[in-house]
Amino acid sequence: MKDLFAVVMLSGIYGLLSASFFVTMDAVDVAITEAAVGAGIATLLMLVAVTMTGRYEQTASHRPVWVLVVVLVTGGLLLYGTLDMPYFGSVDAPAHLHVAPRYINDSMQEIGVSNIVTSVLASYRGFDTLGEVVVIFAAGIGVLALLSVARRPDEDAEIDSINVSMHEKYLILRVVAKILIPFILLFALYVQFHGDYGPGGGFQAGVIFAAAIILYSMLFGMSTARRVINQPLIQLLSAIGVLIYGSVGLISLLNGGNFLDYNLLSGDPVAGQHIGILLVELGIGCTVTSVMLIIYFNFAGRTEDYMRNGRKGA
Amino acid sequence: MDSVIEFASALCLLTGSFFCLSGGIGIIRFPDFYTRMHAVGVTDTLGAGMILVGLMLLRPESLVLIKLIMILLMTLFISPTASHALAKAALRSGCAPLLYRKDKE
Repeated sequence: MKDLFAVVMLSGIYGLLSASFFVTMDAVDVAITEAAVGAGIATLLMLVAVTMTGRYEQTASHRPVWVLVVVLVTGGLLLYGTLDMPYFGSVDAPAHLHVAPRYINDSMQEIGVSNIVTSVLASYRGFDTLGEVVVIFAAGIGVLALLSVARRPDEDAEIDSINVSMHEKYLILRVVAKILIPFILLFALYVQFHGDYGPGGGFQAGVIFAAAIILYSMLFGMSTARRVINQPLIQLLSAIGVLIYGSVGLISLLNGGNFLDYNLLSGDPVAGQHIGILLVELGIGCTVTSVMLIIYFNFAGRTEDYMRNGRKGA
Repeated sequence: MDSVIEFASALCLLTGSFFCLSGGIGIIRFPDFYTRMHAVGVTDTLGAGMILVGLMLLRPESLVLIKLIMILLMTLFISPTASHALAKAALRSGCAPLLYRKDKE
């Protein structure tokens, strides 16, 4: 399949199908994250990348036979290694005998949050989630380091002329977007703060927030969007998210306990857990939103530069 | 009274599913991109709307009703706009509508 646009669309469909699989398996948090990220943002960012690279794959000039052999051997060894593991969903697997009953039995009185997924993600396995947030932040920094272009600030008159010329072409979409974007932002806030009681949490909310702002910038022009969304503020916000997460851990250390032990954040351990989860999810939401926006603005800004100045430069 | 409401809800759900199914048949059978978009854009919105109305009739008194009303409003806004955006993008990138087909006789 040589048409990269079709490949990206197929991967988006695959993301949506796996989101529906997760729903049938009763894992609603994972489903909403997969639908937002895999079927939404990932498809969008890959499409922006395809506009930069070219739509059709070049035919390879050599046939990589040895690579295929190495991949098959490694894959075979990995599959052989998994034969020893217990079957998927078997009753006597250690995960179902020791770990899961501990979480299910003790989560309500230790943490007091009705969504066990959030309590596992943000409190029992908070350190792993810190790693995830740092990985997302590193991806944002990587994109900034490789793709960021110093640009002169656009003239106000030029921005307005682009805006007006787009208005006629995109009238229906602009009107509907103006009606919908506040609701999308509100829904993102709802998902962020309802992670404790229903499906949701920082990752999903961050992606939905970023999607609303990306919709705005697609319909109203990149230069208008850059005027509305301050770029240095977004970069600062991504660092602030990770900082909030790390600081919560540090405060627990300074209060005499382990890193990210939320029991020490307040007099009552359950209240401390609530405060800890709330702050941590806030940090996650900040970082995810700003990194998605950084990636989008850098990719799309480069495409816009190509269209304005012709394809010069790398 | 209850059974009347349940019967109405079942009717709405079945009608909604029939519309969605016919939209799916339309995608496969229609000859051109724009006719397919027309089939899906209209019937998917109506089908999803009727399914939501059928669900609303099942629970007329709780918070779920308000959430379903919001989802219905969002669907009525977003689905036709998405079809419009797709058709506009196709027209902009050069997919010409099939205006006539030479007869085969």
